[in-house]
Amino acid sequence: MPSEPPASRARREFLRRSLVAAPALGLFGGAAALGGAHAAAPATAYAPRYFTTAEWAFVQAAVDRLIPADAEGPGALELGVAEFLDRQMDDAYGRGELWYMQGPFHPEAAPTLGYQLRFTPRELYRAGIKAVDDWCGRQHGKPFAELAPDQRDEVLRQLEGGAIELDGVPAKAFFAQLLTNTKEGYFADPMYGGNKGMGSWKMIGFPGARADFMDWSEQPGKPYPLGPVSIKGARA
Amino acid sequence: MKRMPPVDAVIVGFGWTGAIMGMELAEAGLKVLALERGEYRDTSPDFSYPGIVDELAYGIRGMLFQPLARETVTIRHGVNETAVPYRQYGSFLFGNNVGGAGVHWNGQHYRPSPEDLEFASHVRQRYGAKFTPPDMQIQDYGVGYAELEPYLEKFEYLCGTSGRAGNLGGRIQEGGNPFEGPRARDYPNPPMADTYGAQLFADAARERGLHPFPQPSSNASRPYTNPLGVRLGPCNFCGFCERFGCYMYSKAAPQTTILPVLMRRPNFQLRTRSHVLKVNLDAGGRRATGVTYVDAQGEQVEQPAELVIVAAFQMHNVRLMLLSGIGKPYDPASGTGVIGRNYAYQMMSSIAAFYDPDTAINPFIGAGAGGTQIVDDFNSDHFDHGPHGFVGGAYLFGGQTGGRPIQQLAVPPGTPAWGAAWKRAAKQSYLHTTFVGTHGSVMAYRDRYLDLDPTYRDAFGQPLLRITFDWHDNEYRMTRFVTDRAQEVVDAMKPRQSSQTVRQPGDHYDIRQYQTTHTTGGVIMGSDPSTSALNRYLQSWDVPNVFVTGASAFPQNLGYNPTGLIGGLTYWAARAIRETYLKHPGPLVQA
Ligand SMILES: Cc1cc2nc3c(=O)[nH]c(=O)nc-3n(C[C@H](O)[C@H](O)[C@H](O)COP(=O)(O)OP(=O)(O)OC[C@H]3O[C@@H](n4cnc5c(N)ncnc54)[C@H](O)[C@@H]3O)c2cc1C
Ligand code: SF4
Repeated sequence: MPSEPPASRARREFLRRSLVAAPALGLFGGAAALGGAHAAAPATAYAPRYFTTAEWAFVQAAVDRLIPADAEGPGALELGVAEFLDRQMDDAYGRGELWYMQGPFHPEAAPTLGYQLRFTPRELYRAGIKAVDDWCGRQHGKPFAELAPDQRDEVLRQLEGGAIELDGVPAKAFFAQLLTNTKEGYFADPMYGGNKGMGSWKMIGFPGARADFMDWSEQPGKPYPLGPVSIKGARA
Repeated sequence: MKRMPPVDAVIVGFGWTGAIMGMELAEAGLKVLALERGEYRDTSPDFSYPGIVDELAYGIRGMLFQPLARETVTIRHGVNETAVPYRQYGSFLFGNNVGGAGVHWNGQHYRPSPEDLEFASHVRQRYGAKFTPPDMQIQDYGVGYAELEPYLEKFEYLCGTSGRAGNLGGRIQEGGNPFEGPRARDYPNPPMADTYGAQLFADAARERGLHPFPQPSSNASRPYTNPLGVRLGPCNFCGFCERFGCYMYSKAAPQTTILPVLMRRPNFQLRTRSHVLKVNLDAGGRRATGVTYVDAQGEQVEQPAELVIVAAFQMHNVRLMLLSGIGKPYDPASGTGVIGRNYAYQMMSSIAAFYDPDTAINPFIGAGAGGTQIVDDFNSDHFDHGPHGFVGGAYLFGGQTGGRPIQQLAVPPGTPAWGAAWKRAAKQSYLHTTFVGTHGSVMAYRDRYLDLDPTYRDAFGQPLLRITFDWHDNEYRMTRFVTDRAQEVVDAMKPRQSSQTVRQPGDHYDIRQYQTTHTTGGVIMGSDPSTSALNRYLQSWDVPNVFVTGASAFPQNLGYNPTGLIGGLTYWAARAIRETYLKHPGPLVQA
């Protein structure tokens, strides 16, 4: 190994290149997100690969309420979290290939023993969305995506608390999956389709893929001045 | 079945302890073969920047971990329940591939306290035999601190551990851990700088009369060349440490401390994508003849060897011993048998301290181990347990290992889990929150053990390991006591608000929450073959040409992270093999 680890050379080269080639970003940042209760427009016209039209409408309408746009910062919808979810469904993760999926299944086991449903993530979405839309149809005469924002919030709260009995899917488990994946998409590197323009990182002050604070470890308590970079080298 | 040419020693699993043993036995001149089920992995290209600083891929989806789809464990809380599979990662994370969990650990590098190694004798002597409940099965390790000290040191010098000694040859050192056992030498490197959260914690702890010191870290504080001639570079607090490989060559791992030398030894060979199914025994069952593994093409292969080292990680070690029929399986009804006996874990609690916007914690500036401050006043037997009615303890820690937003962002208590209020709280808390926690011991009990699951199987059709585990009163009491002490420190840190996560009496063990990967026991060491599977040199009592390395040897769990002791015990066993066993193969201790 040379005296300077190759990693730190590679890293400097990376930051230099990313300075030169900084692509146009920040188009979908906080400024676009003012507007209170209104749903922000989706960032791009992404064509879903896994979700059906009805599911795609649900997913957009749900993430828009789970992390709404307001003056504090961007919402999940404008940051592309729906796109993130669709891409995850089409991935090893969504197909359940990262989980042990051999039976027998004991969904009645104590919750502290962990996930015991027979659904892979993509199956859980498919079954969960249909069940919620059916429920909304019975209660409100329309699917979830067509409900007003405060009605959607109410449905989500009931799913969260398990107050709704869904057909064939435990409401709480479906909600937990949806919320977990929504936050993942909101905060993950933008290359996965969410967190466009590193909007969430800018909002909270996380510098993303910088991952080098050699100089800063000696300056405790001093605010960090640099904005985020992404794994592909974008800056914001 | 395909049969390979025989070797002197075969090592099952090529993680931390497999690499140490590989180096030691190759140095002794043996023809050594390591069988690793995973792939070859090295700093470059596998952990290089920027690809490695991907929270979703490594921190959340667990790209470096054992694929649970192929092999997992099952879990139940009590002996009369049906166990269910651990389908998704939660409580603990298994390593996979070359380097094992040694690639994606934090590097929090501890020694045991001297009394930890003679725990049963020490407790009996100081508090009397009636102090502990009848179903608590604490035992001595069979090896003492003084004889182990050179080997604990050897592992620290291999890793380039950064820290400050608290006890040099019996003389207490200012700024180190005054409760530690005596060290012959200081740490090879000075401690890393403290993060701001750690400073706030240490100041408050000192104010309360406690004895804070920098966490010993196998994240190097400066350029370092270890005794094998392998070089580490200084850690830059990248904040992507535990769950990730280190792109800076700073975190001690087999790749950064041993492999550059070992992989060039002509008498050492590594075979990856080789999943060992079992250790083979001769007709009498008293001698191992080698192992059987499945190769990359899916074919079963027989590998003859004179000496077998089982180094597959604690859980997998127990499973391989059961699958191979070495040692009597433990039976909780009678309390007899040894394989699977005394499974234990770690009891944790944590307190988030929320500050106002003028306090810049900068949580993303963090290292897996370095930059954190520790208080050891309430660990091991560093205080009189008499009035408290429990044994064991915990260290308190203050600081953070990173600020990765999916996993490490905390919001104040009472915040909804989603919606505008959650988002506002996330935004307001992120830069201004730090953490204090406790890292505590867990004793061994008659009804907490490991065996083979009767129902669920892995991708090769072999039964999964079954965990039977839940908390006992001693641990609830311990965690309440140490968490109260931690809360006093947090209050003295004067945050705007704090929130506590502590396991209350009656709370079941929850496998969904990450706690630690410090699972212990199941193939424990000791001095009595009726209550231990291994003698004091990690040698099987039943099959003396089998040695088993890893935390499976711990009779109960300490308040410390295990790997400092695991590494020390591995060197200690290697020395016994090199100096005694190879000259006279056979039992190193008469049963
Ligand atoms: C996220 C995380 C953080 C941690 N942080 C700390 C810390 O800060 N301090 C600390 O002390 N400890 C820590 N640990 C624990 C530490 O990593 C382990 O104690 C250590 O790696 C154990 O070494 P080992 O050799 O027993 O197992 P490993 O290093 O896990 O190696 C086992 C190897 O065996 C292979 N294997 C398993 N089964 C088979 C088979 N059937 N055939 C062939 N190969 C097989 C595996 O693929 C693996 O490569 C941490 C662990 C994790 C996961
Ligand atoms: S925190 Fe330090 S030791 Fe850990 S991965 Fe980053 S640079 Fe390496």
